[in-house]
Amino acid sequence: MAEAATPVSPLAHLARRLATAAGAVRLREVTFLAQVNLRVDADGPAAPNITRALGAALPVAPNTVARHRDTSVLWLGPDEWLVVGPPGSQGRLSGELRVALVPEAGSVVDVSAHRTVVEIAGPAARAVLAKGCPLDLHQQRFPVGRCAQTMLARAQVVLVPRTAEEPAYWVFVRASFADYLAEWLLDAAIEYGPGAAR
Amino acid sequence: MLSVPCPWCGPRDETEFSYGGQAHVAHPAEPDALSDHEWSDYLFVRDNPRGPFAERWCHSAGCRRWFNAVRDTVTHSFLAVYRIGDPVPEIS
Ligand SMILES: [Zn+2]
Repeated sequence: MAEAATPVSPLAHLARRLATAAGAVRLREVTFLAQVNLRVDADGPAAPNITRALGAALPVAPNTVARHRDTSVLWLGPDEWLVVGPPGSQGRLSGELRVALVPEAGSVVDVSAHRTVVEIAGPAARAVLAKGCPLDLHQQRFPVGRCAQTMLARAQVVLVPRTAEEPAYWVFVRASFADYLAEWLLDAAIEYGPGAAR
Repeated sequence: MLSVPCPWCGPRDETEFSYGGQAHVAHPAEPDALSDHEWSDYLFVRDNPRGPFAERWCHSAGCRRWFNAVRDTVTHSFLAVYRIGDPVPEIS
């Protein structure tokens, strides 16, 4: 009999190095978030049940986020969303969504293991992201409540601004790209680090 | 670098997109009835206009939706984008 293994997050091996980026940019992995991919017609018969299950209506404006308590719903496409909740909530979330979906064709898939999240925060966070991302991330163009699927250093990511107080972003990245992207971010953040020449 | 106006996400860099060739190439209703010549025409032969050209694009690194666009093959400028299933917009 195999023993239950302790889960290891995709960037666990870099946790110490990520923590050393502690100047104008701070980096850390946000581990084991629940992520559920939902595909459904936002105007269909299941929509009211889904709104009830999530506590928020599905955001239908492209690249926007709806939030209710500890759950965020990210627009991924006109009939596709990523529901993000606290670690361990994927079973409850996908169960409730599956029940809500009953009257209609659609899909609910637990994709929690698909991506991990790197949080990049601090006054220079935007400058670091701008080295590898062509989107205008200025607070006026990309405020809290928005999200974007785009490329960062040639890796596909989902970007989510987290707070209005200071630049802070969640970068959703595929587990298999996480090591590459974290190394890229560490390198890009060097010039803003504690030992950097000013 | 082209800036491609995704109908959902707005303008994004060309590197986020993949190109799908000429739009509105209908699958033959009765493929078995076609001669080899007609079938190869359907598979391989495309228009090659100088000027506006209706073509398919996919926002593959973004919202992952396919859409159609009219692009000027001389200037590369996008004259219109529209959803799959919609008719080709009039370009004045
Ligand atoms: Zn798009």
